[in-house]
Amino acid sequence: MFADWPLLSLSIWLPILGGVIVLMSGEQGARRLALLFAIATFAVTIPLYTGFDTTTQAMQFREFLPWLPSFNINYHLGIDGISLPLILLTSFITILVVIAGWGSIEKRVSQYMASFLILEGVMIGVFAALDAVLFYVFFEAQLIPMFLIIGAWGGPNRVYATLKFFLYTFLGSVLMLVALVYLYYQSGTFDLQELHLVRLSMTEQIWIFLALFLAFAVKIPMWPVHTWLPDAHVEAPTGGSVILAAIMLKMGGYGFLRLSLPIAPDAGHELAGLMIALSLIAVVYIGFVALAQKDLKKLIAYSSISHMGFVTLGTFIVFLLVAESPDAAGARLGVEGAIVQMVSHGLISAALFLCVGVLYDRMHTRMIADYGGVVNAMPVFASFLVLFALSNAGLPGTSGFVGEFMVILATFHANFWLAALAALTLILGAAYTLWMVKRVVFGPVANENVGALRDIGPREFVVLGLLAVTVLGLGLWPAPLVEVMHPAVDKLIAQVAQSKL
Amino acid sequence: MESVYLAIPLFPLAGAIIAGLFGRQIGRVGAHTVTIGAVAISFVLSVIAFWHIVFGGGAVYNESVYTWMVSDGITFEIGFLVDRLTVLMMTTVTSVSLMVHIYTIGYMHEDPGYQRFFSYISLFTFAMLMLVMANNFMQLFFGWEAVGVVSYLLIGFWYTRESAIFANLKAFLVNRVGDFGFLLGIGAILAWTGTLDYAAVFAQAGDLANARIELFDGAPWSVATVACLLLFVGAMGKSAQVPLHVWLPDSMEGPTPISALIHAATMVTAGIFMLARMSPLFEMSETALSFVLVIGAITALAMGLVGIVQHDIKRVVAYSTLSQLGYMTVALGASAYSAAIFHLMTHAFFKALLFLGAGSVIIAMHHEQDMRRMGGLRRYMPITYITAVIGSLALIGFPGFSGFFSKDAIIEGVHYSGIPGAGFAYWCVLIGVFVTALYTFRMLFLTFHGEPRMDEHTREHLHETPLVVTIPLILLAIPSVIIGAWTIGPLLFGGWFGESILVLPEHDVMAKLGEGFHGWWGFIIHGFQGPAVYLALAGVVVAWYVWIRRPDLADRAAERLRPVHRILEKKYGFDELYQTVFADGGRRLGGVLSRVGDQRIIDGWVVNGAARLVGRGAGLMRHLQSGYLYHYAFAMILGVLVALSWVVLSA
Repeated sequence: MFADWPLLSLSIWLPILGGVIVLMSGEQGARRLALLFAIATFAVTIPLYTGFDTTTQAMQFREFLPWLPSFNINYHLGIDGISLPLILLTSFITILVVIAGWGSIEKRVSQYMASFLILEGVMIGVFAALDAVLFYVFFEAQLIPMFLIIGAWGGPNRVYATLKFFLYTFLGSVLMLVALVYLYYQSGTFDLQELHLVRLSMTEQIWIFLALFLAFAVKIPMWPVHTWLPDAHVEAPTGGSVILAAIMLKMGGYGFLRLSLPIAPDAGHELAGLMIALSLIAVVYIGFVALAQKDLKKLIAYSSISHMGFVTLGTFIVFLLVAESPDAAGARLGVEGAIVQMVSHGLISAALFLCVGVLYDRMHTRMIADYGGVVNAMPVFASFLVLFALSNAGLPGTSGFVGEFMVILATFHANFWLAALAALTLILGAAYTLWMVKRVVFGPVANENVGALRDIGPREFVVLGLLAVTVLGLGLWPAPLVEVMHPAVDKLIAQVAQSKL
Repeated sequence: MESVYLAIPLFPLAGAIIAGLFGRQIGRVGAHTVTIGAVAISFVLSVIAFWHIVFGGGAVYNESVYTWMVSDGITFEIGFLVDRLTVLMMTTVTSVSLMVHIYTIGYMHEDPGYQRFFSYISLFTFAMLMLVMANNFMQLFFGWEAVGVVSYLLIGFWYTRESAIFANLKAFLVNRVGDFGFLLGIGAILAWTGTLDYAAVFAQAGDLANARIELFDGAPWSVATVACLLLFVGAMGKSAQVPLHVWLPDSMEGPTPISALIHAATMVTAGIFMLARMSPLFEMSETALSFVLVIGAITALAMGLVGIVQHDIKRVVAYSTLSQLGYMTVALGASAYSAAIFHLMTHAFFKALLFLGAGSVIIAMHHEQDMRRMGGLRRYMPITYITAVIGSLALIGFPGFSGFFSKDAIIEGVHYSGIPGAGFAYWCVLIGVFVTALYTFRMLFLTFHGEPRMDEHTREHLHETPLVVTIPLILLAIPSVIIGAWTIGPLLFGGWFGESILVLPEHDVMAKLGEGFHGWWGFIIHGFQGPAVYLALAGVVVAWYVWIRRPDLADRAAERLRPVHRILEKKYGFDELYQTVFADGGRRLGGVLSRVGDQRIIDGWVVNGAARLVGRGAGLMRHLQSGYLYHYAFAMILGVLVALSWVVLSA
């Protein structure tokens, strides 16, 4: 029944419209209205999954309107199995953010809620855009609400953090614009699927690859352009951290899959070694750095970087596998593992940041040393936190395991030692996560503030409960998530294997 | 039978969920009724499955339950393989678990976390069953990690104790080191066979042996060797083999019932089970077998020696468990898989018995665990005492008791083995017999014999523990005596395991042993012709002489052998080494990387440096825009001059 509805446009513009309405309607009822729009948007994205055709490699739910015909720029939307899971993740997480902000945000509620709704629409736009200019506009536009969210509701050091965040990401994306304009002059089109087919020399490809790389590496973030993330997280309000970790980081991974790999495959082959090295540095080096953190949010931020290392590893290991054997055994496993890891990390990091938010709302501190023995006062909360911590450590049966498992298996196809370095995360991830749990959750009541904590209320329970169900569900049965990816990933591998020289 | 197989793990899972999520609503009685009922059903069904496969001529069941995921043409499934090896493990796991569930009513009856505890042990039973019933490597890893997590939760059950939450983190991390190898082993198998299904992998075992992987340039290894060594690293973690054994003694911080169930009878034997399951792969690599053999032998002897100097009653039993796991590993290395599983089974019963007996003592002593403050308890706790004696006799391999058959089979098996390292292993396990008898009877004498050394108040209140405690002791004592004699014939020499275990003819030490086998009575008679029985008796006599007859002798010996005693008390220094190098070292490395790498170099020099550079550049530029008209006029004249001269000169 939804087949001829413009579902993608609805998923983009409904929350943006909702944001404007919430903004104009004032403080009264802003929360309810925002929740209504968030749920409505989620409802709109569901038919994208139920109506998704897993037999075709073509883009689905396409919408096409000329926008700036003189430059051949179009309002062109469409999704495949790579973007679909990320769109669902976005609309799901936004609901939780709205509920989580219900009690903890007291000033300028309508502006807060409106920012998140507008941000949601823009982020879905990034994942649905098939026109490079449209993609770029959405990609840049999402900086504005996030900038406002951190700047207006953030912590004491927010000015430094927002500037760093903005400059880092802006610097990266400006170079992406240069690359896209160059491609336009070579091909006369901004259509992403047509850009995939443009023939380019190795030098051209290398420059384009590097320009795109900078934009996406900052976003995801990869070592060594990652230092904006811990600062941004520390200063951001809970909801901002959740969206930042759960969705915005994924745009880097998505960008690699949608732009870098198909547009510059030969450059990818050339630079794969470097990319893989950076990914493994993220996994190992950042794992150690996370171990040393004293601030809960910083710890989770570093954990995010380390987990994103698996996304880039799964993405770039493809080049080694394609070169190794004609059927590219393991390559699909790597890419699908990277996408699963993005979705799973979206859920788990959101859950962990929400857990920190629960603690912060009560104690107004993020320092691990200020806690200890939280389980005595908050047993229900502690159960949730331990569950999410274990999934962050990649426990089988939770979604955190699936992506890492797939990427490690794929990496083993390419090289034993690379897989061994990646598998170190089993030890490091468990060490920094569970050591944090030991210091925060377990032990005797550390001080009277901890003793006076009250356990989570129904609203917090619903938010964490929904995440727990999803994390366990995907861990026990990832097939529904993975099977939508197959055609798109097959196509991607074929593109990567095909030289454009 | 399919629904029966499915029900066996699902009942304990349901029990765990009910007791865990609705513990407050259903109350204490509700929680233990639900979980015990569920595990009892699971036990009965396991016995039915056992009967069906072993006596009913039932076919081996190897089916998928559901498809977890398909990616890259590889099907990842959740499925069951039920053959003779599986049903034996299922029956052992569920029966010990049932005993422990019942015992827990008595042991934990004052604990505020009563429902939570029942939920955890039922969850453990589920995870362990999924592990042993798996028909593929992924599910094996699932169960493997799941039992590890429940173990983590249970060691830290008393979460306000610093020692408990230290021990559970340690246990989890050391196990993760093992899992690191295990996961890479799975990676090797998938990369070379393209499947994770046991049957399909085993069918390609020969190809794996011939395939080569170059881990180091110019040194090609057989893939089977690499995969088996990696898988064995996993087993070393879970089954606590040197050098990954350090977590098991500390795990005694958990409540005693789980020490019996998880850290003696079932979970720690998962590694042994896994290797037996993988026998078609391990048979392909003598290198791997030899490594397994040597590691097991070192563990068997070295850990037994540490047991002699422990004072905590549970720690003695813990080190004994380490040593016995070493025996099982030795058996695996000698390709005597059936003997390893046989010892696994007898050990599950008598070690659970010893742990629960220790727990009974601890209850009576009001949670005192130091044997230096016990003594003479046999007068107060006759049932505990008699069952402890039975457990001890089984452990030291006293002729006729269950442990005698399994341990003698291992020793004889190693004797026949031609794998490199077998000679070394033979001496280790032989001396180990003396050591086992020594520490076991030291524990028995210090606890139950001699003069009472506890304070007056405790002594007045000493009495036998309630029925929920003693009945499981009695029920476990029965198999500790008879199960060895009863099952040795079929299990070891009757080809009982059938297709589930594969031994190459040139490795088949059990067949050689079987040539001289004429029933269990003959095996006992034969035992008297070997040294092991006399070594065990010598151990008992020495223990009696040192700790009963001449109690001063122990201290004098410790004084005289000061360096040796110190090494044993320090447990060879593994804990200190790991703490300094890995735990502290890792944290320090993290700190350095964070401060120097992230804060100073990346942020300080690059990021803020770039900002400073821009700032400085802008500062210089600012001087150009001074606002004075004559500055600008001068600049214009200069510019015109330069432009003119360029035009003139180039023309």
